[in-house]
Amino acid sequence: MAREALADAGLALSDVDGIFSCTGGTLMHSVELAEYLGIQPRWTDSTNTGGSAFEVHVEHAAAAIHAGLCDVALVVYAGLPRSSRGGIGALVTGPRAEWELPYGILLPTGAYALAASRHMAQYGTRAEHLAQIAVSTREWAARNPRARLQKPLTLDEAMSSPVIASPLRKIDCCLVTDGAGAIVMTSAERARDLRRPPIYVLGAATSHSHSSIMQMPDLTETCGVESGSRAFAMAGVQPADVDVAELYDSFTITVLLALEDLGFCKKGEGGEFVASGALDPGGALPAQTSGGGLCYTHPGMFGIFLLVEAVRQLRGECGPRQVEGARVAVAHGCGGVLSATSTVVLGTGETL
Amino acid sequence: MSERYEPPVTDVSAPFWDATREKRLTIQRCADCERWIWYPRSACTGCLGEDLRWTDVAGAGSVYAVSIHHRPGVAEMNDRVPYAVALVELQEGVRMLTNVVDCDPESVQIGQQVSVAWEALSDGRNLPVFVRAR
Repeated sequence: MAREALADAGLALSDVDGIFSCTGGTLMHSVELAEYLGIQPRWTDSTNTGGSAFEVHVEHAAAAIHAGLCDVALVVYAGLPRSSRGGIGALVTGPRAEWELPYGILLPTGAYALAASRHMAQYGTRAEHLAQIAVSTREWAARNPRARLQKPLTLDEAMSSPVIASPLRKIDCCLVTDGAGAIVMTSAERARDLRRPPIYVLGAATSHSHSSIMQMPDLTETCGVESGSRAFAMAGVQPADVDVAELYDSFTITVLLALEDLGFCKKGEGGEFVASGALDPGGALPAQTSGGGLCYTHPGMFGIFLLVEAVRQLRGECGPRQVEGARVAVAHGCGGVLSATSTVVLGTGETL
Repeated sequence: MSERYEPPVTDVSAPFWDATREKRLTIQRCADCERWIWYPRSACTGCLGEDLRWTDVAGAGSVYAVSIHHRPGVAEMNDRVPYAVALVELQEGVRMLTNVVDCDPESVQIGQQVSVAWEALSDGRNLPVFVRAR
């Protein structure tokens, strides 16, 4: 992936002086990766906020490049959870073993299920609303030849999917696959002369509110409220300006909360919003256009794929799933158990 | 039913687990800012104060969120499915992850009043669970 991304950018390994990685399973991610690739960087970052880590890496890389602390940043993720059947080992922290596992919570699914139950009780959201997110995402996946699940899904089929942890059914949960991705970033000035039209980071912001679901302040609202509003403010754009949204879809409820928290609809109205077909191809808000973690791929962490797909959409490379004229895209990562969000607003050269 | 996943004990949490031997639910409260703290810590999450007092509570609260698990999260729960995993908000304001037991799990609803009950662990400790208030 690193080779492909560098070739795409028209840069060499020797140009890379900033390394950003987090693979979840090892101790010193960026150190190990740099050794493997033969890089001695002057900027290193192994930040792990779960699935949102790669949006954080882009935020950090933009800041480092802006400050002159590195010039060419390489962000890499690779994971083999399908082959390795790793289980939940990394999720079992001390407090979780003591205060959660005795009660048999299925991690991470059960934590998201608790949030979904609360949203339903508080706002009247229904299982059909969550299922519709899976149905809409499958429509996009049918247009991505690399997606794992491409067969169209009806709402009736979705609603007959077995319940794993109520209210979440199997179709509400992301895939477990193997996969990898990489991103190259450099200054706008240097990017101008490279072989591809650059896509610009217009804004980026991160926040986290808890690690254990017990400690989440309000199970119906994520800190996407915080990261989203700061990223949009930095970019100088509004949710209504977004042509493509790549929202982390570890579970359907993750998407529903992100839609509300980023301001694509009002708090509590996510169910009605998705029921309108807003997320479908041709809908009001094209979202998870690769087929997302629900249908395309989800190798433990999906954050880098949100960014790759957003860039591809803005470059107009997406073929049958291309959102015509896309100029502004959002990649919104969400890691842990709705714990850590990071929002990146991207734009074409026209948006500068 | 099989035995529970055995929760580890730390230096910080030892008073909590000791109290469960007498079926007392005890929670830390900061002597400086009066904040209730769950789960047990070595410092207050409001003011970093170190004078945290173990305080017995009634164990009364309400269901804040619930998920009926049809797939067990740990092998020890294999023969209990389906079971109700819940966040219970105690009167003191803290939220504990727990199970609501002794009822049809599908009957557990957000907002219901619950009270603490105890399930024996193999080493003499008891695990706090919750039952619907009568």
